[in-house]
Amino acid sequence: MSDALLQFTKKGIYCKPAGIYLDPWQPVNKALITHGHADHSRWGHKKYITHEDNVPIISHRLGDINVSGVKYDETFSINNVKFSFHPAGHIPGSSQIRVEHKGEVWVFTGDYKTEDDGISTVYEPITCDTFITECTFGLPAFKWRAQSKVMEDINLWCAQNHQEKKTSILFAYSLGKAQRIIKHLDTSQMKIYCHGAVFKMTEVLKDQIDFPPFHLITRETTKEEITGNIVIAPPSAHGSAWMRKMVPYVTASASGWMTFRGARRRRAIDKGFVLSDHCDWDGLLQSIDATGCENVITTHGYQEIFARFLREEKGLNAISEKTQYEGENLEEKESEESLKNDKAVTETISNSSVAP
Amino acid sequence: MKQFAELIRTIDGTNKTNLKVAALTSYFKVASDDDKLWTIAILSHRRPKRPVNTTLMREWATQISGVPMWLFEESYHIVGDLAETIALILPTSNESSDKSLSQIIKEIIELRSKDESDKRDYLQTNWLQLNYYERFVFNKILTGGFRIGVSQKLMTRALANATGIDKDILAHKLMGSWTGENTTFQELVYEDNEVAMRGKPYPFYLAYAIEGEVNELGDVSQWSAEHKWDGIRSQTIIRSGELFVWSRGEELVTDKYPEFQKFIDVIPDGTVIDGEILPFKDGLIMNFNDLQTRIGRKTVGKKLLKDVPVVIVAYDLLEWKGEDLRDQPFEKRRAILDQLVLDLNKKEERLSQEEKTPLLLSETMSFNSWQDMSKERDLAREKRSEGLMIKRKDSPYLVGRKKGDWWKWKTDPFSVDAVLTYAMRGHGRRANLFTDYTFGLWQDGELVTFAKAYSGLTDAEFRKVDAWIKKNTLERFGPVRSVTPHHVFEIAFEGIAPSKRHKSGVATRFPRIVRWRKDKPMEEANTLDDLKALIP
Repeated sequence: MSDALLQFTKKGIYCKPAGIYLDPWQPVNKALITHGHADHSRWGHKKYITHEDNVPIISHRLGDINVSGVKYDETFSINNVKFSFHPAGHIPGSSQIRVEHKGEVWVFTGDYKTEDDGISTVYEPITCDTFITECTFGLPAFKWRAQSKVMEDINLWCAQNHQEKKTSILFAYSLGKAQRIIKHLDTSQMKIYCHGAVFKMTEVLKDQIDFPPFHLITRETTKEEITGNIVIAPPSAHGSAWMRKMVPYVTASASGWMTFRGARRRRAIDKGFVLSDHCDWDGLLQSIDATGCENVITTHGYQEIFARFLREEKGLNAISEKTQYEGENLEEKESEESLKNDKAVTETISNSSVAP
Repeated sequence: MKQFAELIRTIDGTNKTNLKVAALTSYFKVASDDDKLWTIAILSHRRPKRPVNTTLMREWATQISGVPMWLFEESYHIVGDLAETIALILPTSNESSDKSLSQIIKEIIELRSKDESDKRDYLQTNWLQLNYYERFVFNKILTGGFRIGVSQKLMTRALANATGIDKDILAHKLMGSWTGENTTFQELVYEDNEVAMRGKPYPFYLAYAIEGEVNELGDVSQWSAEHKWDGIRSQTIIRSGELFVWSRGEELVTDKYPEFQKFIDVIPDGTVIDGEILPFKDGLIMNFNDLQTRIGRKTVGKKLLKDVPVVIVAYDLLEWKGEDLRDQPFEKRRAILDQLVLDLNKKEERLSQEEKTPLLLSETMSFNSWQDMSKERDLAREKRSEGLMIKRKDSPYLVGRKKGDWWKWKTDPFSVDAVLTYAMRGHGRRANLFTDYTFGLWQDGELVTFAKAYSGLTDAEFRKVDAWIKKNTLERFGPVRSVTPHHVFEIAFEGIAPSKRHKSGVATRFPRIVRWRKDKPMEEANTLDDLKALIP
């Protein structure tokens, strides 16, 4: 694989002929960024290139960075390597990256999903020879129901809590999942309140997407105002003192992991809604089919299991590669903390490798 | 089935006890008698016998879902629950069944005698006719182990709410060896005849571990202490010339301990004794491991009877001459019990050890100060007990685990620092998380496995260790992963004994994690010799 168009190096996925990295996890000179989640767009690169809708997102998250935005399907070349960004349907501004060199085409998915979520540009399959795909939910146990059905359940749950004069606290990623839910909440009877992290990110996206009214919970917000309404908060807020103001409340989490009864129970959450911004099992298989690819490289998720399935059952030339992407992590940390965390993990790994 | 599946979904969907009780109560108010009976049976681990083994269930589920077997197995390790994995992997269905719970169970019971292809057709047809949650519940009934956070206590509370019968009386009625097949709801809950209650044990009174300092219990003269023996807690019933021995897990174990048949001749009818079954030879208590050899056996051979004889060390007297003594003060109950056993011992003074009735007293002790009691506790290891039980002298015999009158005061556990070597994913609420660990101790520069432990870390710590394991896996053996030796944990355990069954040559009792020794490099973990030095 040493002359492969895209290589997995210790800094990240590297395109050698162009001298550029894709979603690198260590600081580099030039980085192509698929989307704004912390594990894909890290701090410290000298130059960021990403989809134009992602520019305000990563600027908000990473502060003063050197970033330029491109449009979907717009082609640019570096050292005769052709690059273009294509919709990944994961979150607003998320892309797959197509790389073409000497007639060979590779696609790196970043994170993606096939269903139209109403806020992200819908995923498009891109024909390629080699497909680097995430497989966060690469097991046949994962099957998503249509978003409209899940939102029906969520709205019903909120309405029921409203009737019982309880506040509905929904835990969702502050980037992507939170806006997806806010967009489709029924606000005819209830108001939407947001945790600071969710509020700020939704404010950033307001220019791109129409949302129903949403409100920041501040020190001045009274308990009475919130009671019976809906609160959207990042998962890290669960169990924090911040929640005291919402009493009496009921909690729910919206994530693909809620498929497993155990995942909900061990977090002591009242209700789990299966709603993911990643592909389910069928979504992954259909996408791979649609690209017409011969080679598949599976990354973050159940990559070994999924690659074996593609080899043995689909006759594809599939291998798995280790990355530092986290997929859909139930323990979302906000950017700063997450960066610290990455450092700690790297240290643990290097420490343990010197051990016998 | 709809009703029952909905009940399970509601219970499973909350971790608030009150909501669970409320859901169960309203279910008990509306469900049919047969459905109620089977619900009680299932929630008290009395499900019908498994009609098909799980290997076949896996095979049939993969057949209709088109998933290769290896992928099913991988998924199972991650999901951590077989019933759930099957329900998830089957093609999505929006059907729902009109069959009642008792109808489904009746069919499952009848299935036992059918041949394999009929069984397969039955399962596959039903799978496709049930929605996701009904499927999951259906599989749970088939595979057993309905652990959904409903304790017997909680269920009894709901049933008491729904029927208006006192919960302690209900707890007693629900004890014993009834099944959904040999009784009815009316008989189980409402009938009160002697025949139905004859072999039934009383609900056990269980103690909590003492919190804080022992002297906070107040005046020491109000309290009686005795050793907490490490055997099998049991209840021995002699009624109508028949003997029933129950374990705390509500298992009827009379046949496993034929030596207790002697009781019928020497103990008056209408007697119920709470006591500990202990291996006892030549006047000495043997090791718990010796008792292990008898626990597993259905029938006991002559050699085993000779090698590992058992006795009951009596703690309490619950019934005497047919009268329920549980409301009487402990001291009074013990006075009768002591007299009974002392008279018996005196009568049998001249008999040889083998001829004697295998019934001893757990000696009660009074102390002048908590310090004196503490000194007695220090002798626990020497006396082969786990520590002390402290009981208020005027306490009644209560139902279930209650605080206040009885306390466990165990000895401080042994502990060693060991290195994490292997990890496995947990089940239930720990599914998809590596929480089951194997630990090694040093011997000649290598780590030798000495114990497995599953508990003791906080959820946050488990998540950290889990993330580390996923990034530091050396090899995968099915569900088990070997990891880079690096992390040191302090492991505590209650007892230790030499063992031929263990690679390390040592068996430990109830090992668990005390803390994560992040401060310790793995080279400083304990050696196997350190561990062996702890064997008394």
